[in-house]
Amino acid sequence: MILTKAQYEEIAQCLVSVPPTRQSLRKLKQRFPSQSQATLLSIFSQEYQKHIKRTHGKHHTSEAIESYYQRYLNGVVKNGAAPVLLDLANEVDYAPSLMARLILERFLQEHEETAPSKSVINSMLRDPSQIPDGVLANQVYQCIVNDCCYGPLVDCIKHAIGHEHEVLLRDLLLEKNLSFLDEDQLRAKGYDKTPDFILQVPVAVEGHIIHWIESKASFGDECSHHAYLHDQFWSYWNRDGISQCCSGWCGTPGLSDSSASASQSAGITGVRKHFLPGILMKCVCK
Amino acid sequence: MAAVLESLLREEVSVAAVVRWIARSTRGSEDNPGEAAALSSLRPLRKEFVPFLLNFLREQSSRVLPQGPPTPAKAPGASAALPGRPGGPSRGSRGARSQLFPPTEAPSTAAEAPLARRGGRRRGPGPARERGGRGLEEGVSGENLPGAGGRRLRGSGSPSRPSLTLSDPPNLSNLEEFPPVGSVPPGPTGRTKPSRRINPTPVSEERSLSKPKTCFTSPPINCVPNSQPSALDTSPWGLGLPPGCRSLQEEREMLRKERSKQLQQSPTPTCPTPELGSPLPSRAGSLTDEPADPARVSSRQRLELVALVYSSCIAENLVPNLFLELFFVFQLLTARRMVTAKNSDPELSPGVLDSLESPLFQSIHDCVFFAVQVLECHFQVLSNLDKGTLKLLAENERLLCFSPALQGRLRAAYEGSVAKVSLAMPPSAQAVSFQPETDNRANFSSDRAFHTFKKQRDVFYEVLREWEDHHEEPGWDFEKGLGSRIRAMMGQLSAACSHSHFVRLFQKQLLQMCQSPGGAGGTVLGEAPDVLSMLGADKLGRLWRLQERLMAPQSSGGPCPPPTFPGCQGFFRDFILSASSFQFNQHLMDSLSLKIRELNGLALPQHEPSDEDGESDVDWQGERRQFAVVLLSLRLLAKFLGFVAFLPYRGPEPPPTGELQDSILALRSQVPPVLDVRTLLQRGLQARRAVLTVPWLVEFLSFADHVVPLLDYYRDIFILLLRLHRSLVLSQESEAKMCFLNKLLLLAVLGWLFQIPTVPEDLFFLEEGPSDAFEVDTVAPEHGLDAAPVVDQQLLYTCCPYIGELRKLLALWVSGSTGRSGGFMRKITPTTTTGLGAQPSGTSQGLQARLAHAFFHNQPPSLRRTVEFVAERIGSNCVKHIKATLVADLVRQAESLLQEQLVTQGEEGGDPAQLLEILCSQLCPHGAQALALGREFCQRKSPGAVRALLPEETPAAVLSSAENIAVGLATEKACAWLSANITALIRREVKAAVSRTLRAQGPEPAARGERRGCSRACEHHAPLPSHLISEIKDVLSLAVGPRDPDEGVSPEHLEQLLGQLGQTLRCRQFLCPPAEQHLAKCSVDLASLLVADQIPILGPPAQYRLERGQARRLLHMLLSLWKEDFQGPVPLQLLLSPRNVGLLADTRPREWDLLLFLLRELVEKGLMGRMEIEACLGSLHQAQWPGDFAEELATLSNLFLAEPHLPEPQLRTCELVQPNRGTVLAQS
Repeated sequence: MILTKAQYEEIAQCLVSVPPTRQSLRKLKQRFPSQSQATLLSIFSQEYQKHIKRTHGKHHTSEAIESYYQRYLNGVVKNGAAPVLLDLANEVDYAPSLMARLILERFLQEHEETAPSKSVINSMLRDPSQIPDGVLANQVYQCIVNDCCYGPLVDCIKHAIGHEHEVLLRDLLLEKNLSFLDEDQLRAKGYDKTPDFILQVPVAVEGHIIHWIESKASFGDECSHHAYLHDQFWSYWNRDGISQCCSGWCGTPGLSDSSASASQSAGITGVRKHFLPGILMKCVCK
Repeated sequence: MAAVLESLLREEVSVAAVVRWIARSTRGSEDNPGEAAALSSLRPLRKEFVPFLLNFLREQSSRVLPQGPPTPAKAPGASAALPGRPGGPSRGSRGARSQLFPPTEAPSTAAEAPLARRGGRRRGPGPARERGGRGLEEGVSGENLPGAGGRRLRGSGSPSRPSLTLSDPPNLSNLEEFPPVGSVPPGPTGRTKPSRRINPTPVSEERSLSKPKTCFTSPPINCVPNSQPSALDTSPWGLGLPPGCRSLQEEREMLRKERSKQLQQSPTPTCPTPELGSPLPSRAGSLTDEPADPARVSSRQRLELVALVYSSCIAENLVPNLFLELFFVFQLLTARRMVTAKNSDPELSPGVLDSLESPLFQSIHDCVFFAVQVLECHFQVLSNLDKGTLKLLAENERLLCFSPALQGRLRAAYEGSVAKVSLAMPPSAQAVSFQPETDNRANFSSDRAFHTFKKQRDVFYEVLREWEDHHEEPGWDFEKGLGSRIRAMMGQLSAACSHSHFVRLFQKQLLQMCQSPGGAGGTVLGEAPDVLSMLGADKLGRLWRLQERLMAPQSSGGPCPPPTFPGCQGFFRDFILSASSFQFNQHLMDSLSLKIRELNGLALPQHEPSDEDGESDVDWQGERRQFAVVLLSLRLLAKFLGFVAFLPYRGPEPPPTGELQDSILALRSQVPPVLDVRTLLQRGLQARRAVLTVPWLVEFLSFADHVVPLLDYYRDIFILLLRLHRSLVLSQESEAKMCFLNKLLLLAVLGWLFQIPTVPEDLFFLEEGPSDAFEVDTVAPEHGLDAAPVVDQQLLYTCCPYIGELRKLLALWVSGSTGRSGGFMRKITPTTTTGLGAQPSGTSQGLQARLAHAFFHNQPPSLRRTVEFVAERIGSNCVKHIKATLVADLVRQAESLLQEQLVTQGEEGGDPAQLLEILCSQLCPHGAQALALGREFCQRKSPGAVRALLPEETPAAVLSSAENIAVGLATEKACAWLSANITALIRREVKAAVSRTLRAQGPEPAARGERRGCSRACEHHAPLPSHLISEIKDVLSLAVGPRDPDEGVSPEHLEQLLGQLGQTLRCRQFLCPPAEQHLAKCSVDLASLLVADQIPILGPPAQYRLERGQARRLLHMLLSLWKEDFQGPVPLQLLLSPRNVGLLADTRPREWDLLLFLLRELVEKGLMGRMEIEACLGSLHQAQWPGDFAEELATLSNLFLAEPHLPEPQLRTCELVQPNRGTVLAQS
């Protein structure tokens, strides 16, 4: 399954300032019926995260928090059953889960006097029944289940995808009879940063020599190619003494080529394995 | 300058500000404006501060350190600060003291002692035979002439004495050093010098039991202080001595001896001592140690401040030589006693106390306090010294007394240190260099030339052997003995090509003979001591240690010795001098330059920093050794290159000045450098290979003549080196940039270079504040050689033997020797001599090693490389094999033992640390098998490998010898590693196993026990958990809203979803615990929504709500999933959380039947206990509900409670005791 750079950009284009809700995703799916929902969701999530990273700061000023909180309180007083928090988040263009966290933090500050610890907040977000205020609990829950890019459920989905695809990759390697060392074995050998798998005997795919495979539970767009290259791949390179490496991006050739020098020099080719389950499933179950 | 110090002492400016002020040329923005103003007025003096501080400290300490090795301070401008100062009487007396031991080699200088003190560098004429040599040393000492260095200041003490006495043959008539057997030791009988056997033991109180009998018979002393002869009474005798240890008579006797000794030592008793009345800090004075007491420190605050400034200067590399300063501090620490100044009044008025007018060190307590303060700031450096020094430091009682914390850290560092350093000279290999590939007929123009070359070889080796036999004999002179033969031989070298052949031979022989341990020449022999001693070859090991002690140079000549040619190097130097052939010199320079370039550019293996595995440690040792070999070779070659290159310019005359100098400069600047060292240095810095390039460059530059540093070309180099020096701040943790020991090596060699006489001392301080950060634009790899831990203590000490002076200083303190010769007393009892009388060749191992050496010599070099390669690989594999077999077995044993322990000890299991100890004590003894196994492994594997790698045609005898040697070497290597590390390895592995097992035992044993994989038939086609979570999430979000009017789910979809959930849960392949937890939670949420009838159903509006029957069916599915398929805890109590029950409140009409149904089923399936549900219902009542809802809730709970306890009442009771697994875990 190949996604060209142009297609990718077309999709990304549609995602500017779209709230991360079920409805948006449905619209996206109608617009791009040829893409699987998982692919779209992955791209959506990726683009949205970039967007949030850019705008994160402006929602975290104390004035902003205060005004959100007041708006929330007013809204709830008018009608506690209405999706106050969700609408607020969509209106100010912020992820609902993150908005829920902001308000919850503010709420706890007011009611408990001491600043709540991070773990307390996290556990309340995971299980809103622990929130002392019933209305707020419902509002928070609503935000969380309606957010398709952030929140504990989404995190869990991402984690699960990462895990599943590691298992799939391992099966695939076993099936192809490639000898490899996995992360646990590598850690036992004293490596601190390890890719998911190091091939004990390198293989060549499409003319590129592949020493190790890393799976990432996110879409391999240009930006993340660069970021991961920096953070991780070079350190594998340095430590494993690997001259050519291949990430497990399902980044399509189109995408890889356009992401220019960095990925090419790393020998990234479109091999297996990636968040896009649709693509992956096709690879695996062909 | 003093103003700065004073304003500091008056606390007008902070220490940090001062250090910033010195270190940076521009004022830091962080400076407090007031401080900045105070300092900026002193701005022009900025660069003089550090020299001033150093001189100030030296001057202040002169009362404490009147004798002993001096610490030079190379500081310009000091002469202005010092002798010109209106020194108080206390300072004035220094002059007298410093002349107590005038240099004996040149009586005339005694008269110039004051000048010599000011201007002379402490530059010993070197060992006797070097003095016998030519020009070079004279050239250096030529500076001693007055006028040559009038502006220079060396530290206290008479400059040339120590190195002279060090290298002098022992004075047999010296009663103290060689006491007559059976006589009373000349020292105070209260303390005996511990006779230092091979294993020195610290001096302790018990030692008094072993002192000669006479002490006990001595009458008690209590009248000593007053009855001393007036000339000596200023020193508080006996202060440090327990009463009753000495009689007056003895003292007098001792003093007489001392004085006669002094007379002996100074043939010019005309000591022009202006103040004869001033106290003579007699030798006897140094025999008593004044105890240091932290409580008696005067002006603590002031000392702390100065110590802080001083430490900061050291830390910022503002001082030229780190180790020189450490040496000075160690001297303060081990100062024996204070020479009381005649007029010094300890009771100074408090006002004066803070200024500089009162002496900084008023007592020994002050000195020690100061020293300890400084040492505390430099713990990191100390902890990287060798183990011996650390031991001495950690056992230093003064340190313990003044800073128990520092002592504790040092002790810990000592215990953790593996840096054993052997200072022994490398055994000079006798091998003759023979290169069949170049030294054959084909390389010569004619038979005659080849013949001549062969004859020259013969002469050369003949000369060499003669030198070996004779050079230690007194009175033998190289030039007289060999000069004419060498010149005759050189005369035969007519053709240019024969010169190059000879030079190649010369260079090879130089490398072969002079390279230090670990070098290609010495691997077989060089490694033997440790390995063999560990293997139980006790005798050879002991012999080696003894040899090391005997052969280790007594002293390398203080902390800053001049460049010398120790050992065999002397032969080559003298050869060059005697040959005095310019062709030879030119060819030699060419050849040396070439070899240096080649070695400097050698690609050395890179280290993988992340790999901390013990096994690769074995491999890495080899790489580190390779680096050491290359570095030492480079240093040797560069030293000779420098020597030859600058030879024509060095002479005995003082360096020219004025116009003469200018014309010389103009001339010399035309001459191209013999080797483009500037470019090499720049490249080395860029490629981050400074750790390789700089040490040899320093060797090269150390032979430069006086004009060299003035030439632009070399000035650039010095400036680069200065910047590098400044940038190597030790405290900055920049692992990626340079390793600590690498930095230390560079600092040591650079510091040494800056103290070389020919390097103008103002160079260091003149350099206008080097740019704050020394950043070379690196185009180079991120991980250059600098970042790799290539330097170990052994290499550091080999390159910089003068660091060992620190250890000697401390040892001196322990041994209580007077420091006469700068080395500690070495007493070896005759019995040991007979016991070990045999030469190394006497023992079979020694002979074996030499045989192996000889064997390789006769074979092509590739054979040796092969054997060494095989040995190295097999040794390394052996360790890996042992780890995979023996150690793994032991770990399994440990696991089963642990299980037993856990069973016997019950649930508690005991303290993990204790368990670990028990296991280790049981298992570690098995580690001893490792050696036998390792030996067996090497025995089995090596011969095959050697056979496979050597040519088929290798003669059988050679093959079997090679195999045997390979086996031996591999065994040595493996056993050395194993015997040192096996226990630690087993411990580490067992520890990991224990923590694994305990964790497995840990919090949820039941859950862990029940966890099962998918069934055998499972083909892993179930939907992925991530997919399911996201599907369920969609349903939840639909139910919670907001939703469009046409949105909804079909009942079929719900059913299908739950079916898929079941499949996923049954196929464990892709399921990770967090995913399962979230699935459980989502399923509970889904159930709550079903119960509350909140799920929007697709279809005609009338059917908007889920049919009852369908809802029940779905709930049934969920119940069975919870019961059967979830392996983790399911948070079922959430079903009754106020939030989920509250969902019911919104629906109208309210339907309670589904909830009641669910509760009943929960109980029936045993998913929740009745009591548990009752408790949940009870707590529901406490929440605030609308009135009618609360009523209905109450009805529900009554209904539920009123029901007969339907099935299995026994189960209930059981549940009361042990609540349901899932719910309990979920709550926890």
